[in-house]
Amino acid sequence: MTFTQTRPAQSGLAKTSANKRRLLGENAFQLALILLLGVGLLVLGILLYTVGSRGAGRLSADFLNGAPSRSAARAGIKPALLGSLWLLGLTIAIALPISIGAAIWLEEMAPRNWISRAIEVNVTNLAGVPSIVYGLLAAGLFAGILGLGDSLWTGALALSMLVFPVIVVAARESIRAVPSSIRQGAYALGATRWQVTRRSVLPPAVGGIVTGVVLALSRAIGEAAPLLLIAVPGVFVVPNGPGAKFTALPIQIFNWTSRPQAAFQVNAAAGIIVLLGVVLVVNAIAVVIRNRSQVRW
Amino acid sequence: MVLTKRRRPGEFIIESLLALCGVLSVAITVAIVGTLVYDGSGLFRDVSFREFFGSTWSPRNGQYGIAELLAGTILVSAIAITVAVPLGLAAATYLSEYARPRVRRVLKPMLEILAGVPTVVYGFFALTVVTPLLQKFFQINIFNALSAGLVMGIMIIPTVASVSEDAMRAVPQSLREGAYGLGAGRRRVAVRVVIPAALSGIAAGVILGISRAVGETMIVAVAAGSTPNLTANPLESIQTMTGYIAQIALGESPRGTAPYKSIFVVGLTLFVLTLVLNLISVRLVRRFRQVYQ
Repeated sequence: MTFTQTRPAQSGLAKTSANKRRLLGENAFQLALILLLGVGLLVLGILLYTVGSRGAGRLSADFLNGAPSRSAARAGIKPALLGSLWLLGLTIAIALPISIGAAIWLEEMAPRNWISRAIEVNVTNLAGVPSIVYGLLAAGLFAGILGLGDSLWTGALALSMLVFPVIVVAARESIRAVPSSIRQGAYALGATRWQVTRRSVLPPAVGGIVTGVVLALSRAIGEAAPLLLIAVPGVFVVPNGPGAKFTALPIQIFNWTSRPQAAFQVNAAAGIIVLLGVVLVVNAIAVVIRNRSQVRW
Repeated sequence: MVLTKRRRPGEFIIESLLALCGVLSVAITVAIVGTLVYDGSGLFRDVSFREFFGSTWSPRNGQYGIAELLAGTILVSAIAITVAVPLGLAAATYLSEYARPRVRRVLKPMLEILAGVPTVVYGFFALTVVTPLLQKFFQINIFNALSAGLVMGIMIIPTVASVSEDAMRAVPQSLREGAYGLGAGRRRVAVRVVIPAALSGIAAGVILGISRAVGETMIVAVAAGSTPNLTANPLESIQTMTGYIAQIALGESPRGTAPYKSIFVVGLTLFVLTLVLNLISVRLVRRFRQVYQ
């Protein structure tokens, strides 16, 4: 926007008292906006500082390698961390093909009729479903009716359904950004619909799709609510396969936070440092991919 | 020459698989409603609908009146939205009307980190930082609605801000220039022209924020307490719908018992509530797009 460059409030008004008052009002308003915007960032700063100052002393190789314990000083996060990594891997394997497939179909192939419109509205609504509801679904359907039990499979399915609409929305936006002239050029050369999609549309869109996927996964790593019904905080061993019972890092943090003893709160803070570290690294990856893959038409 | 479509079985299979993925999204919704109804309906063999809409929630005594949980959810969400609306709207106004492009490129991602922090971390923050701070000023329970609501408000700032900012940026430049031409200053243009013109988009952002607050679990599970309480006093310990589900989830209630069934009924209530809010929000967004595009 070019208009932001001009500043009517300061553009050589005569220095009458009315104008001075007006200028004061303008500046006060702008200052108030900046201060209000700053509140959120200030709270974020306090949060990071508190967690860092309380938990940093507890971070050690023993903490990363240890198992949950009744003694706060000996407890560690290895089963939780590996549980989270297992969940992440399984979630990628389940959610990635399905959500990207759905996005490609909706954007490139779906007939424009009431069915595809209904599916669109449905995806938007799924994105707004509270995450704990996905936990109820997984516990009731996958753990209960389908008999998968409280396993990594069930947890990963809950997270997969949670990230599904997020990835679909991001992938569709990225596919839509490819101009239709690219498609028409490929069709003119005799390509079929799938060839157009595969060779002409997806290559420039892939950067945006991957960014969306990575951001969705960073959300999944931090989610505790959908796993509350499935994960078991008292798991001491590292999961040995997707059928194993498991705990996850956010669940372990929740468990420690809810205990009254101060020593466990320190553990929670240290666990949060690890969790935030993972989330921030994943987010940074997304930003790098986005900056590298931006295609200008 | 007769042009006929060549059969391409490989492509037909690929397209069918992709279509299946699209249809699967509907299957998820069906599965949600189906599971919640299937696992929850058993509760109504023990509890009548009338009792369900009653006011006492006490699973230990077989009383399932959702009003108390609903009151907890409304109280916390109200506090959260009271915090998030001024802060989010100010952020949106600054980013849309004042910030230069370079400043905006730095500030916006910073603000969005707030939405990326895992909610269990906010719960920790509410319980161990905000509550002790509040205890210095008020006679307040360790678990209380105020602390959870305040922190939740911070969490939903980016939701309110980004939808509002989109709406404000969609206001045509000519409206602003018309106001400047009449001698209005920047503040007047922002408050009297841009914000009213973007109002339906701003409302959409606020409603989406409320929906986030209603569905948020971890903050209230950690910091708001677990005592169903029909109160409007933010200093008291309360329980929200999500908080109740979390409590039962941790409490090892075996399948088939009334408390286990009840979390699915509460989940269904939650699902319907957020669905209505989201539909209103989508409708409002569509309206402001239609007006200016």
